[in-house]
Amino acid sequence: MANMDLAAEPLPDPSPATLLRRRVLGHHGLTFGLGVLIIIAAAALFAPFLAAHDPYAQSLFARMKPPFWMEGTDPAHILGTDQLGRDYLARLLYGARISLMIGVVTALISGLIGTTLGVVAGYFGGRVDLVVTFLINVRLSMPVVLVALAVVALFGGSLETVILVLGLLLWDRFAVVMRASVMQLRDLEYVNAAKAIGCSTRRIILSEIMPNVVNNLIIVATLEMAHAILLEAALSFLGLGVQPPTPSWGLMISEGKQMMLFEPWLITIPGIALFLLVLAINLVGDGLRDVTATENRG
Amino acid sequence: MEHPAADTILAVEGLTVDIPVSHGTLHAVRGIDFNLRRGETLCIVGESGSGKSLTSLSIMGLLGKRLKVGARKMEFAGTDLRSLSQAALRELRGNRMAMIFQEPMTSLNPAYTIGDQLTEALLLHRKVSRRDARARAVEVLGKVGITAAESRLAQYPHQLSGGLRQRVMIAMALMCKPELIIADEPTTALDVTIQAQILRLLADLKREMNLALILVTHDLGVVARIADRVAVMYAGEIVESGTAEEIFKRPSHPYTRGLMRCIPVPGRTKPGEPLGSIPGIVPSLIDRVEGCAFRSRCEFAEGACAKPIPERTAASGHVYRCVRPVQEERAA
Amino acid sequence: MLAFALKRLGLAALVMVTVSLVSFSLLRLSGDPAVAIAGEGATSATIEAIRAQYGFDRPLSIQYFQWLFGALQGDFGQSYYFRLPVADLIADRLSVTLLLGLCSIVFALVIAVPLGVAAAVRPNSIIDRTALFLSVAGQALPSFWFGLILIMVFSIQLGWLPPSGSESWRHFIMPTIVLGYYAMPAIMRLTRAGMLEVLKADYIRTARAKGAGAGRVLFKHALRNAIIPVVSLAAVQMGFMLGGSIVVESIFALHGAGYLAWESIGRKDLPTVQALILIFSSFYIVFTLLSDLVNAWLDPRMRVG
Repeated sequence: MANMDLAAEPLPDPSPATLLRRRVLGHHGLTFGLGVLIIIAAAALFAPFLAAHDPYAQSLFARMKPPFWMEGTDPAHILGTDQLGRDYLARLLYGARISLMIGVVTALISGLIGTTLGVVAGYFGGRVDLVVTFLINVRLSMPVVLVALAVVALFGGSLETVILVLGLLLWDRFAVVMRASVMQLRDLEYVNAAKAIGCSTRRIILSEIMPNVVNNLIIVATLEMAHAILLEAALSFLGLGVQPPTPSWGLMISEGKQMMLFEPWLITIPGIALFLLVLAINLVGDGLRDVTATENRG
Repeated sequence: MEHPAADTILAVEGLTVDIPVSHGTLHAVRGIDFNLRRGETLCIVGESGSGKSLTSLSIMGLLGKRLKVGARKMEFAGTDLRSLSQAALRELRGNRMAMIFQEPMTSLNPAYTIGDQLTEALLLHRKVSRRDARARAVEVLGKVGITAAESRLAQYPHQLSGGLRQRVMIAMALMCKPELIIADEPTTALDVTIQAQILRLLADLKREMNLALILVTHDLGVVARIADRVAVMYAGEIVESGTAEEIFKRPSHPYTRGLMRCIPVPGRTKPGEPLGSIPGIVPSLIDRVEGCAFRSRCEFAEGACAKPIPERTAASGHVYRCVRPVQEERAA
Repeated sequence: MLAFALKRLGLAALVMVTVSLVSFSLLRLSGDPAVAIAGEGATSATIEAIRAQYGFDRPLSIQYFQWLFGALQGDFGQSYYFRLPVADLIADRLSVTLLLGLCSIVFALVIAVPLGVAAAVRPNSIIDRTALFLSVAGQALPSFWFGLILIMVFSIQLGWLPPSGSESWRHFIMPTIVLGYYAMPAIMRLTRAGMLEVLKADYIRTARAKGAGAGRVLFKHALRNAIIPVVSLAAVQMGFMLGGSIVVESIFALHGAGYLAWESIGRKDLPTVQALILIFSSFYIVFTLLSDLVNAWLDPRMRVG
């Protein structure tokens, strides 16, 4: 008979935080996306230190210098210069600031609008829900690009206008997702328990419901950030977004369009930057969704 | 069990099914033998997890690629099933051997009409016109007792009840005049009254068309109604097999006896008396299994049960695997 | 059933009216249209005259209802720029946009659906991972940049395709690709998910038991059921695409309604812009309604009994 007394102590179950960390690190898309995002954010943050030149400084002398991997490159300008002699690396780095700022602020504004509408509709239901659903349908039917273009054209293009317009237009997914999430939770036990002990509606929403929908909120926020960044780039490309000489990546592509035949780097570099940024944000959003999926069902 | 008769339609020897799992291999079916004659009904009885469904699926060749099927012999009407290509197997499936499943509610494609699905069964194997196929479908629906067959052809599965859908499934199996039908728990998901109807239908069809029938079930009541021969499966093995009469009159294996005790007998079982049950659970079949798999639940287990168990033969082909000698006839 | 349909239509009409109201207000609030029409350096007398002529001096609500009343009869007013009826201007260009939209959605389906099926048949295989990777990458690709790259490669370097204009079918190839690729990730993923679910169903096993081969099982039995939500999605995507055509059409100078919108915005031709916003909204609404109908029609459980 085996000596049971010598059996080892069973290992304790890993804590939820440890499990989460393992899942995050094991998810390749998420780690890659986060990595790229952190790099871009750092580049944007430390742009003044990383860029050797002022992104607005023009120089007739140093126009159209190619980047380091091509012939005739100037070591002072690693990524070359544009048609006005401005250092491309500097414009790229400062452009990152513009894109990230637009992404974050727009997501904040639209997130605030959409979440409020969605939570209110989901929690109160009834006529409130009908009105909000109607508003969502109205918003969804609007051709966003067209309306944004028109409004920006009429009120004048600038960074602030773009952020405002996009923030006021891109709240639909927030509303839809928050509404659905809240509706799922509305009738659960602990909400009814809170009601039974007399918690105010505001308190129930803030302390019982919101913590459980926060992860969905973050996922939608990342997706809408990416959406806003792409839209701003499109608007600026069409000339109806951020105005020159501000270094928006979309604007850089537009300015480089004329010369793309001979100097393709003018459009490939900012384009790749946009692609990487949006890809990273999407990967993070998708990754978060995968990693928190099982917890939702729990 | 040897039936060297010429009208043997199915001969299986040493059938094994292994399933790779995360920590080893699950030996779900561990070497079973059985034969089936034309016009004969064999009932394979066992509880969930005994391997009976896997047995039926492996004969049809419907198991997924991950599951490894092995056999010393697996012959259908003289043809070695193991040597057939996928295309050749497909030729046989639905044609000369057909299968009916347990869940009539979900076994029919919701997007196509009954007529479409019935004619497909025929058109897959015979070059006939659509009109002839539809005529055959009507004929077969009539055979399974569905009235107004013509109008049924245009209906969709969701418009039919469970019992009707199962009849349609049977009809679909009959479209090509098969020689063998395998039915995997065909009545389990149906009402008791419908169950009786379906069983009667199967028995009638079998007689009329000289069909060989393998009926997999956990319900001894079904077995009593329809079986010519019975094979009792436990933990991947056939522990006892013989004619229905033999099995019911002289259940020899302790598991079979345990099963018999679980059935209430009208007139004999006193009301309020507890029904028998077999304590314990099926053992894990991962990796090597030594000796009798039932010994953890058997009231007669002894030391010899841990070694390989011999096959004992009683009268007229009644075979069982147990170290204990043949028991007397069950108290009448 | 009829009552339900009527209710949906009524709601749709209400949505359209609201959209038109919102856009009307936005456009009017952006400035004085009389000044826009009169142009630079016009005298205040001219501006006043224009104001009276166009009725800009009347209250905004009256102006809106007049517009709405006309719109319901197909009269969207006159273009400030062309002095022609807006309806005529749009009608000319609309077919191009619709054609582009149709080609794009077909293109997206033809590529994304088979990819989704292939991915579902072998989950976690190379095909599956590639398909998923492409779908993530596709969503990150800025459409206007993609268009430029295509022009650079296919028009400038290889000279195979014309970079702009809308004369021949060749002019539609690159715009179709650029407008269509954005819908592919969602379609691919939905097809894949649907197929994965359906392939587990009992009726697939029945089909195999009947002796059906892999191709038949996959396409006749499985896809037919899995495709239902995908078709709905495609219809909705079509609605979005038409609204997004403005970017593609302006890059490729494809003379459709999107390009007209682009030009009109530049020219501050408000009636045209207003009408186009309404038209694109109605397309979206129509296609969404269509997608529900298609959904109901494809699934016999919803169609019969």
